[in-house]
Amino acid sequence: MDLVALLAIQVLYAIAALALISVGLAIIFGMMRVINLAHGEFLMLGGYAAIVASSHGISIWLSLLVVAPIVVGSIGVIVERTIIRFLYGRMIDTMLATWGLSLFLVGLTTAIFGNTAVGISAPLGSFQIGAYRTSAYTLFVIAVAAVVLGAIFAVMRWMRLGLIARGTMQNANMAAALGVNPTRVYAITFSIGAALSGLAGAVLAPVSGVFPTIGVAYVAKSFITVIGGGAAIPSGTVSASALFGTINLIATFVTTPVFGEVTLLAAAILLIRLLPQGITGRFFRRGL
Amino acid sequence: MKVNRRKFLQSAVAISAAGILSSRAWAEDTIKVAGIHDLSGGLDIYGKPMVDALTLAVEEANTAGGLLGRQIKLINYDTQSNMQLYAQYAQQAALRDKVAVVHGGITSASREVIRPVLDRFKTLYFYNTMYEGGVCDRNQFDTGVTPAQTAEKLVPYAMKKWGKKVYIIAADYNYGHITSQWLKKYVLQNGGVVASIDFFPLDVTNFGPTISKIQAAKPDIVWSVLVGGAHISFYRQWAAAGMRARIPMAGSNFGVGNEHIVLSPDESDGILVCYNYFQDLKTPVNEAFVARFHKRFGADYPNITELAMSTYQGFRLWAGGVKKAGSIDRMKVIQALETGLSIDAPSGKVSIDPPTHHCVLDVHIAEVSGKRFKVLVDFAQQKPADTAAVCNLIKHPNDNQQYMIKT
Repeated sequence: MDLVALLAIQVLYAIAALALISVGLAIIFGMMRVINLAHGEFLMLGGYAAIVASSHGISIWLSLLVVAPIVVGSIGVIVERTIIRFLYGRMIDTMLATWGLSLFLVGLTTAIFGNTAVGISAPLGSFQIGAYRTSAYTLFVIAVAAVVLGAIFAVMRWMRLGLIARGTMQNANMAAALGVNPTRVYAITFSIGAALSGLAGAVLAPVSGVFPTIGVAYVAKSFITVIGGGAAIPSGTVSASALFGTINLIATFVTTPVFGEVTLLAAAILLIRLLPQGITGRFFRRGL
Repeated sequence: MKVNRRKFLQSAVAISAAGILSSRAWAEDTIKVAGIHDLSGGLDIYGKPMVDALTLAVEEANTAGGLLGRQIKLINYDTQSNMQLYAQYAQQAALRDKVAVVHGGITSASREVIRPVLDRFKTLYFYNTMYEGGVCDRNQFDTGVTPAQTAEKLVPYAMKKWGKKVYIIAADYNYGHITSQWLKKYVLQNGGVVASIDFFPLDVTNFGPTISKIQAAKPDIVWSVLVGGAHISFYRQWAAAGMRARIPMAGSNFGVGNEHIVLSPDESDGILVCYNYFQDLKTPVNEAFVARFHKRFGADYPNITELAMSTYQGFRLWAGGVKKAGSIDRMKVIQALETGLSIDAPSGKVSIDPPTHHCVLDVHIAEVSGKRFKVLVDFAQQKPADTAAVCNLIKHPNDNQQYMIKT
């Protein structure tokens, strides 16, 4: 029984981690149609921002939840203003540009921080479930994912900012005719996507450590999740993460990590074959 | 003097020919040594200290007057943690640079890329990394420790201290697979049981399910054969789950990439390891060596690793072979080393074991304590018994393969 409870927490954690690493991409790729191959590097920068901040004496919670998103969000603004804004509507070109950006960021962080894995110990300690122990930080990651997704849903559903962003992405000219400045909306949306990636990278840093090439481990999974989820941002991310996270974790637990990854990829291929528009292309179509 | 075109051309040719000849004469005056290591990419945590040690060894030899009265020129190749570059640079070293010896290779995968290339082009090869054992090749010398020298000592020590049920987690390539089989063999030999052997690709960072699985299996010891930067997160997650105080851990290659410095004492204290070299060994030779190393690379150098010391000793052994042979000719050096040549190294006496081309050396069991290794037990002059059981290059000089462990 306690093993089941432990596994349930692990499944929730796998879903939360997948949702966190994907949500920034869901905004940048899902909403804005920019194939951001530097997404993994945004996560990596979030991790470094948090670690550098906490090693300079800033409290760990502030480093994770405030410093990292602000730093990566600002980098997002710079990237959008200098590179991405010239490439809207040219998906293949964004792919090339962001791939170059990803190589540049990996090189830059290697030059600054070296190639050794750095990390911070996870705060909060551990707790007991029956005969088993697990890290309390796991629950924190689950909570952060829930809050982030809830907030995105609330902004999109009830706030003017969300409405304007959705409208601009759907039809920028019409939005401009109604008095919205699309350039600003694009810049803000992109930097929010980057900030959420930074947050995710920071929150996961105490679990997985950070090194310049860690983005590679994230980027494929987040693209699979976003494509699997489909057009609606919060509900697509949640449903695809729930599906893939559960499959991956159960397969890993029953067999090996190698087979867990294989099962995840197989499930993704099957899903895209059956639902080319992603989960939200078929279900929750009227949702967000 | 009237300079016509013919005279001008004649003198021009003469001058340039003299230039070429003299530069060739200078080139033949130095002995070229190649180092092939990963200085960037995921494996550079291992490669950098190895190259530093090789650099120091070459500089020391040059300061002492070189070899056979000639200076040594070290050519370093950075393979960038990329297997294809290993093949390319091994060919360049053998064919273009015509080096006297190649020192290098880090993972067992990279060694198996270089080995056939250097065999084919008849270039002597020193592999200076602790590894899973079993390579039998007259062209190659292995100066790192193998399981019979380390695991054979550490397994019974850890089992006596903690209990008989062992859970092995290993990196998913030839080193992890073969090493875990050796561990299993020694665990069974000592009357223990192996709860499970799990393999992880080098980029796995989420060990949550594995930690649950280990708890469900309730082993007495967790044995890590994990490799590289991503796998460091296992130790973090293990400590974060509060498991470090509950199930003790031993490692086959823990600390070789300075994991014990990257991790906090809360995450790594108490892990048991067994190697040939620790920076804190209290011998006069070692203390002098550490002082020289710090003088050259700075007193804040994090740690002189096992692999760095193997590389330093590998170069010294080769230099000893050259001195004894009085030549850098490949076969003469091999024969000189096959006399069982030995050196007085920082880790103690190190000598070549002629039938296997591996080394007889001291090993020590140590425990991580406050980001350092505390040496607990010493074992003098251990033979490479695992390779010796299958490999005899004196009887079969043309043998050329890596023997796998039979289970």
